[in-house]
Amino acid sequence: MDKKNSKTLLKASGLTKKFGSFVANDSINIEIKKGEIHALLGENGAGKSTLVKMFYGLLAPDEGNIKFNNKIINLLNPKFARAMGIGMVFQHFSLFPALSVSENILISLDEKLTKKQLEKSIINTSKKWGLKVSPSKKVAELSVGEQQRVEIVRCLLQKPKLLIMDEPTSVLSPQEIVNLFKVLKNLSKSGCSILYISHKLHEIKEIASKVTILKSAKVVDTMETKNVSTNILAEKMVGKKIIRLKAKKNLKKLKSNLALSVNNLYRFKKNQFGVTLNNINFTIDYGQVLGIAGIAGNGQVELMEALSGETLGKKEEIIFENKSIGNSKIEYRRQLGIEFVPEERNNHATVPDLKLHENTFLTFFGYHIFNKSFFNKIFTNPKLSIQASKQIEKKNDVRCPYDNPLAKQLSGGNLQKFVIGRAFQANPKLVIISQPTWGVDIGAANIIRQKILNLASMGKAIILISQDLDEIFELSDSIGVISNGNLSKIKNKKNMTPTQVGLLMGVS
Amino acid sequence: MESLLITILVTSVPILLAGTGELIAEKSGVLNLGVEGMMLTGAVAALGSVLIFGNPLAGIFFGALAGILISLIFSFFTIFLMTNQVATGLGLTIFATGLTGLIGEPFVGKTISSLPKIEIIFLSDIPFLGSIFFKHDILFYLSILLIIAVHFFLIKSRYGIIIRAVGDNHDSAHSIGYPVKIIRLLCVGFGGMCAGMGGAYIPLVLTPHWSEGMTAGKGWIALALVVFASWLPFRLLLGALIFGGITILQFVGQARGWPFPSQFLNMLPYLVTIIALSIISIKTRSGNTLVPSSLGKPFLENN
Repeated sequence: MDKKNSKTLLKASGLTKKFGSFVANDSINIEIKKGEIHALLGENGAGKSTLVKMFYGLLAPDEGNIKFNNKIINLLNPKFARAMGIGMVFQHFSLFPALSVSENILISLDEKLTKKQLEKSIINTSKKWGLKVSPSKKVAELSVGEQQRVEIVRCLLQKPKLLIMDEPTSVLSPQEIVNLFKVLKNLSKSGCSILYISHKLHEIKEIASKVTILKSAKVVDTMETKNVSTNILAEKMVGKKIIRLKAKKNLKKLKSNLALSVNNLYRFKKNQFGVTLNNINFTIDYGQVLGIAGIAGNGQVELMEALSGETLGKKEEIIFENKSIGNSKIEYRRQLGIEFVPEERNNHATVPDLKLHENTFLTFFGYHIFNKSFFNKIFTNPKLSIQASKQIEKKNDVRCPYDNPLAKQLSGGNLQKFVIGRAFQANPKLVIISQPTWGVDIGAANIIRQKILNLASMGKAIILISQDLDEIFELSDSIGVISNGNLSKIKNKKNMTPTQVGLLMGVS
Repeated sequence: MESLLITILVTSVPILLAGTGELIAEKSGVLNLGVEGMMLTGAVAALGSVLIFGNPLAGIFFGALAGILISLIFSFFTIFLMTNQVATGLGLTIFATGLTGLIGEPFVGKTISSLPKIEIIFLSDIPFLGSIFFKHDILFYLSILLIIAVHFFLIKSRYGIIIRAVGDNHDSAHSIGYPVKIIRLLCVGFGGMCAGMGGAYIPLVLTPHWSEGMTAGKGWIALALVVFASWLPFRLLLGALIFGGITILQFVGQARGWPFPSQFLNMLPYLVTIIALSIISIKTRSGNTLVPSSLGKPFLENN
């Protein structure tokens, strides 16, 4: 990469975008060279998406300009951007599940092709870059990885000069990430610039040559990735030193420490996409964190449902403090002192269109009903749940855009802090948490992890189901691996290495 | 027998037309429950314009125009003010029922001339079939051509795919640069036009004088028809004939004194729709989605 020869492809100067009084981008300057992989790093809400939406013509800047090939461009809508040679792969995709792959591609191509020409060029492009897609399949039938390939092929068909990729790896398996990176590197060799948005530091080090860091709507720094460690990147992104987690205190081993035991738990899959849980056995003591590792879709959701009481089974399958609760409902389990944090914070852990205090009320429902007078069983006092909500927000650093918002108005990280805080607020004895830091930025993830350790130090038991191996090793005392509905033997962390766990994950 | 079949065909035309329009609107993701109201508006506009201009063809034009205009009210509220589509659609029907009653008041007791029958040369000479299918008015032929055109438009044409895309995922459509609101406005307008023509057909061919609420629930049947057809044009055509047949059976049954109540037949279209819905639901669970995914959901540009 000869710096003198590489010309500037896109240069944004003083870009500012406001939504009402909220400044999403504050005079941003960024320069992308031809054929360069340029990373855009920042926490959730730092303004990354707003910035690239302006590059793609979805938002118009309030101030500043964008130069493309040295000419100031005015992008009225994405069609203009595509005509200039700017393509974008969206984080949550912009596909139409009910349409076929080729129909999906057809309507985003501004060039008008016949069906045959189109299918031919889809196949050619997919061969050229090693992105396997089948044009006649419906998008609804595709896996997430395949869907992303469709989006990329769709962009490549327009022969882009700049490809914007918004958090492309958040939905991919490790193997798929390797493939994606190969494609991106080849693309950059062929002269296409890539703007790579991510908050995963090691990825940025691996794939990008330059990185621009955004924090609270402003550019903090632009640097070469060669000369910078992930630690420094993290600190620039968060704006303060990353505090290492305080290790948890271990309790003295007592005989009566057993919190929960699961015995020969069996659940037949609910539908063709589900996983059958086979003879799951484990125990957990108070003061311990049990990590359950595994690749998504291997029975984690089903295990969580069985433990929380969303699916019921035989009484003896789950025993909590000598009580058999395998067939007890979720409310009863809550009253015994078990709390649950399911993996989907939207729709599952919270009702997106209800306010935070209403969401608090929903899980505190049991306490309201059973500890109150007859009158209070029927009527609720919103003051109590508002108060409880406020406490949760305060204790867990939940940042709300304004007072008492709807759940869906919180950013991912803040909503997750709220959901976990709500579970802890009930003063549980056992907490079962699934994917607590999925899609959450470093700052929030760190807070959440520390909370989990603190809770274990206080003598609570925690079951942590996570895809993130680093997280599993950082937090757990003992580790099991779930694979295709089977749980491996639980082993002490000291007797396990990430490689061993990785191997167990692969067993199908 | 021959005349019975002809009656069934002609009775099916209003619901076929209205259903065709609603199908396009729903494919784009908008559920307009105002079909009954739009049909009434089309009916009263057609009747009035024939009384004024003396030409039944003017009835088709003004019926369609009135349908478009009243659908704009619905579009304005649901697409641009993002009100609830169900409530707004119901409101539109209630509003139109009152409005057409008022407008139609002076027309009571007057009779208009019907649309002329057009015999298609050669084809109308085919024994039996000729007189059933090829001796009809222009709107009849138009309704058949329209549903065939809609079928190919939706499946083959670029614009058809765009409409389906908007109905499937409006956020995606927006993010690749399609004007979701404008597309929906046009689709709902098309729905209004078709419902207006469907309504116009009633005074222009079936009963040539005004009576309040003369569509008599055909708009609701058209709505059920779209669901019954699982948003597929050719099933819509088939369904229109079945529903039309059921309507006629009521009269035949009453005339011949069949031993079951007419209310039962009245209920049949809805019953059939519920059965169709159950079948769709089973199909959907096996991963085959027929319902437009963003049907009934307001589109908010998330800036």
